[in-house]
Amino acid sequence: MSLVTAVYTLGFYFATLVLVVGLAYRIWSYTKTPAPLKVPIAPAPVTRSGVVLRMGREVILFESLFKSNKWIWLFAALFHAALALVVLRHLRYFIEPVWFWVNLIQPFGIYAGFAMIAGLLGLWVRRFVVDRVRYITSPSDHLMLALLAVIGISGLTMKYVARTDIIAVKAFFLGLLRFDWQPLPGDPVLLVHLGAVLVLMIVFPYSKLLHAPGVFFSPSRNQVDNARERRHLAEWAAPLDAGRDT
Amino acid sequence: MPKDEFKTPDLRVYGENPALEPDSMGHSSPYKALPEHQESLGFPGELVDGWHDKAIDKMGDLLSKNRALKVYLDSCVKCGACTDKCHYYLGTGDPKNMPVARQDLLRQVYRRHFTLPGKLFPGLVGAKDLSEEVLEDWYTYFHQCSQCRRCSVFCPYGIDTAEISMAAREIMDHIGIGQKYCNEIIAKVHQIGNNLGLPEAALIDTLEGLEEDVEEETGVAVRFPVNEEGADVLLVTPSADFFAEPHVDGLIGYAKVFHQAGISWTVSSYASEAANFALFTGSYEHMHKISSRIRKAAQELGVKRIIFGECGHAWRVAYSFLNTLAGPWDFLDPAYPTPQHICEVTLDLIERGAINLDPSANDDKVLTFHDSCNVARASRMGDTPGGQFHIPRAVIKAAVNKFVDMAPDTIHEKTFCCGGGGGLLTDDLTELRVKGALPRMEALQDVVDTHGVTHMAAICAICKSQFTKVMPYYGFSMDMVVSIHQLVSEAILLGTKE
Repeated sequence: MSLVTAVYTLGFYFATLVLVVGLAYRIWSYTKTPAPLKVPIAPAPVTRSGVVLRMGREVILFESLFKSNKWIWLFAALFHAALALVVLRHLRYFIEPVWFWVNLIQPFGIYAGFAMIAGLLGLWVRRFVVDRVRYITSPSDHLMLALLAVIGISGLTMKYVARTDIIAVKAFFLGLLRFDWQPLPGDPVLLVHLGAVLVLMIVFPYSKLLHAPGVFFSPSRNQVDNARERRHLAEWAAPLDAGRDT
Repeated sequence: MPKDEFKTPDLRVYGENPALEPDSMGHSSPYKALPEHQESLGFPGELVDGWHDKAIDKMGDLLSKNRALKVYLDSCVKCGACTDKCHYYLGTGDPKNMPVARQDLLRQVYRRHFTLPGKLFPGLVGAKDLSEEVLEDWYTYFHQCSQCRRCSVFCPYGIDTAEISMAAREIMDHIGIGQKYCNEIIAKVHQIGNNLGLPEAALIDTLEGLEEDVEEETGVAVRFPVNEEGADVLLVTPSADFFAEPHVDGLIGYAKVFHQAGISWTVSSYASEAANFALFTGSYEHMHKISSRIRKAAQELGVKRIIFGECGHAWRVAYSFLNTLAGPWDFLDPAYPTPQHICEVTLDLIERGAINLDPSANDDKVLTFHDSCNVARASRMGDTPGGQFHIPRAVIKAAVNKFVDMAPDTIHEKTFCCGGGGGLLTDDLTELRVKGALPRMEALQDVVDTHGVTHMAAICAICKSQFTKVMPYYGFSMDMVVSIHQLVSEAILLGTKE
């Protein structure tokens, strides 16, 4: 086994472990932290299914962002929708035989690669030209965009400029899944692409990418508006009731 | 025109953004609470030794008790959606009044102490130690947030700066830095029962005076009962309603509605305050203690229902939190929600024909309505979402013939704060209050120019006090601000039913 293969094999196991354990820990800690008061942003749904719809509109359509700023919405929606398609398109490297619908979306996945980069660049340009956004931007915000751009651009480079042996790449990933390790082609662009993906997986649970699980746990969006009908009481707050006069 | 050491901003076309003026409001911070007020609330009297570690410990404690805080500190991606949504930013141009930048004052310390990248690479991820300078920024800028929740409406993750500024204020209280205005008031409520420190005898005297005034004016003996055992309704209203203008005209309106509908009611001197200022300081314990007074008053007076008067943050605590803080309400009449808003009650009586209004009594006015921030975004009225927008308007429309709304981006859940909410309604913050009112003033000027609006109704004691104070800075008369029940009071036909 070559050094490159060994590094990337171990790298993917390590990154997957960090991603899964890190995210699971975050989600567990969000779940176990109580929300002591009812704080949905009104007007809020009065039923559980209403909350599911509200959350669906937020997660799929970015409803609040649309209300807020059409440019950010456009670039963010473009980036996220494209990223989703690109990720689904990449399923073909992990399954054999490839499912029918994964084959179906292959051509769209390519366009999505360009759309993803366009969205990223739009968001990135805002960080320079809008003074308010420039003010709130940290170095890590630029790095995150750079990382995603590297992933996108190196991916498209492999499609259009410096092709790699995707049969071998697929064998490598199937090998990872089956614990039957296969060599990874040593093409520099591929290594950059996969290296950036490894970094992304590792930083995910420690960075602002936590907005992905966070959105589902946001009390201002996921609570049912039923405060008068049902008493909502956190475990830590309940003992206070014993101290009141009546 | 009042004279001050700052320039009142010029009205712009609504929707324009100001240029960034870094630190332009760095000088604006409210008086700190005296040691005696701090200690009466169980907080240290002054900045404690080892304050840094104690602040970090308190932050950890809050992170373990409040999911919102934890999720909001983790989730922000700095997209910028909120940056032009805060009235204090729009009015001052100070970038630290952009919601995300305000949150970051706390988030930078959270990252430094509670996240791996912040511990390893602070400069890279914008993490900072809690230095004296940062603490000063906290005190300054977390007292330039009125906790109105407008930013949260526009945030893709619903990040609510109110939760973050409440946490920051709570941490500061615990290391000995409290705000004078809020903490004095909370101490007064614990001791006397209302924010103004109005004792029972004075309250009875004031309300007797109102009875005489109303009888003189209308010839009808409308009662204003205090501590009346066996009344059906306990009215909990902001203490400003007892004598501030235009608040008191609203109180007269409630009394006329109860009188005409034949509902027996009382106020309680023990729980003579609807506004719960502990909300502003983020203290669950003090909110609980203040709310418990209402529970005790309701039990001792043996009432069947609890109704809240016009008050914004009060209605948030009442509608959203009272069941949690002071419930369960199993000793009250289950036929009514607990608590009810006076507008819910009045509209129901109007619709059932139990009271009659003659809107032509207000034909000298053209009304608009300022949705109070915490009613609009943190509560509800009636059975369906958005009732908090439609019910007050329905009451106004029943009481006046001419009504127009302000621009859609400035009403309903997108309403602006008046500029004085969240514990900032104090004279040491006058500049901030005037500047923070700018977006509302711009929207008001628009309907004054295009529709000849003469009056703006408000539904919150803070909004009413704030507007009365700041509107003259913008060339409006302070009489433009009215209570909703002041309009009802003018229009109601007393003595048309027996």
